[in-house]
Amino acid sequence: MSLSAAEVNKIAWLARLAIDDDKVEAYAHDLSQILGFVEQLGSVDTGRVAPMAHPLDEAQRLRPDDVTETDQRALFQAHAPLVEAGLYLVPKVIE
Amino acid sequence: MEWETVIGLEIHAQLATRSKIFSGAPTAYGAEPNTQACAIDLGLPGVLPVLNREAVRMAVKFGLAIGAEIAPVSVFARKNYFYPDLPKGYQISQYDLPVVARGKLSINVDGKALTIGITRAHLEEDAGKSLHEDFHGYTGIDLNRAGTPLLEIVSEPDLRSAKEAVAYMKKLHALVRYLEICDGNMQEGSFRCDANVSVRPKGQTKFGTRAEIKNLNSFRFVEKAINHEIARQIEILEGGGEVIQETRLYDSVKDETRSMRSKEEANDYRYFPDPDLLPLEISSGFIEEVKATLPELPDAKRDRFKAQYGLSDYDAEVLTASREMADFYETVVREAAGDPKLCANWVMVELSGLLNKDGLEITASKIDAAGLASLVRRIADATISGKIAKQVLETMWNEGGSADDIIERQGLKQITDTGAIESIIDQIIAANPEQLAQYRAGKDKLFGFFVGQAMKATQGKANPAQLNELLKKKLQ
Repeated sequence: MSLSAAEVNKIAWLARLAIDDDKVEAYAHDLSQILGFVEQLGSVDTGRVAPMAHPLDEAQRLRPDDVTETDQRALFQAHAPLVEAGLYLVPKVIE
Repeated sequence: MEWETVIGLEIHAQLATRSKIFSGAPTAYGAEPNTQACAIDLGLPGVLPVLNREAVRMAVKFGLAIGAEIAPVSVFARKNYFYPDLPKGYQISQYDLPVVARGKLSINVDGKALTIGITRAHLEEDAGKSLHEDFHGYTGIDLNRAGTPLLEIVSEPDLRSAKEAVAYMKKLHALVRYLEICDGNMQEGSFRCDANVSVRPKGQTKFGTRAEIKNLNSFRFVEKAINHEIARQIEILEGGGEVIQETRLYDSVKDETRSMRSKEEANDYRYFPDPDLLPLEISSGFIEEVKATLPELPDAKRDRFKAQYGLSDYDAEVLTASREMADFYETVVREAAGDPKLCANWVMVELSGLLNKDGLEITASKIDAAGLASLVRRIADATISGKIAKQVLETMWNEGGSADDIIERQGLKQITDTGAIESIIDQIIAANPEQLAQYRAGKDKLFGFFVGQAMKATQGKANPAQLNELLKKKLQ
């Protein structure tokens, strides 16, 4: 499996990672090596193995539908760079 | 060329739990911004989601009501995208193993019964809200809604017109309210719809390229947006162009859809199982427990109304459109202890007319079921005529008071005394010799003239059946 420079850039964009242009080739090489390593698993016949959703062999525990949290807005917003009228402010986003 | 429309709907129903799907924060609508967003909803480091049992129960209840399969094991997955009202950078949803699969819903369009397939219904969390009003060039974020449980209900591409899409959506809306799993409040966003629309030449089996129209929050907008989108696509295709697969937003002010995201930025959600959540296992015992709580469903209620009350298809359909309407009607029938068809008319036509005029739901009716029943009783026992009853109903609506009091106070009691009616008829005949002669000469139409005169003389209080009978005898 070999990743192209374009694929590396796309993955970086999807993950919102900034990478230097002169490092793209190196990332492509390293990531391709990693994918190649993992690809060895493809040689195992898993036709009769159920896909694993979680490494722990247990079921999800359920919580009763009770309100247990109290309002801690002031505490949480003390960490935010910008707040106004109880809202978190972020750079303008418009679809 | 003749075109065929293909529509599939994705409906998001907000589940009526008290707390969020993965946290113990409250879900109440309309709270001060960010006062109902806890550390888990904010996606702060080190927090872990724990699934709400009630949300699972509601999803199972829905699955049972549409005859679907309930997955013994289902899995939560992360849907990755970046948007400021999604603090974690992913939405917890379900992907290849949803909790509900392969159900169906029957709808009625222009007297034709159709069965619409439901591909799946899965549990997920809602995002927060972005407020784009002016905050000095910033966007405001309210995360109160983040983590509210949603059931996303995905239909098969079985719908062939905007009308069918609306009928399906209305049926689903009624169903979630019957089941008491969603309040159905569309203004508050508790029940929202995205529509996948495509067109193809009639007879072709392959689907055309579809566009997804986002966030349709009223039945009327769904119909308008879909019809607009159908026209747009046909125009492109007939002009020799190609429809591109994209997401479009409906603008209700301009009545048009416009592109939301260009193809280059097509989303790549990179779903994977959420390592913070174990697989959800649902036992047959749990399913049985939920099954025992299912109420009488709309279709069953409609069929019972037809059988038990002798109502027409149409009447039974209208009266079971919501659980509240059905309950109201049944209370009227019980209290009036009389003709179910007469009760149906007074609920569906007269009372509904007043409700519509004031824009009220049946639950906010100014006349309760017992009050309407007492009026229907007075029609049934011939105390008043139907025409006078409408007058009484309006007084009850506008001024309050019971039917009996209004009848008494305004002296509206019907005249059923044969002697009294006869003497009025005699006076009218005596006063109109010319019309009498013409009538006797064969001008039958004049019968109405005499009825009118008699009604006028009694202020509409003469019993109509008696009046007709006596008048016929006297005029001979």
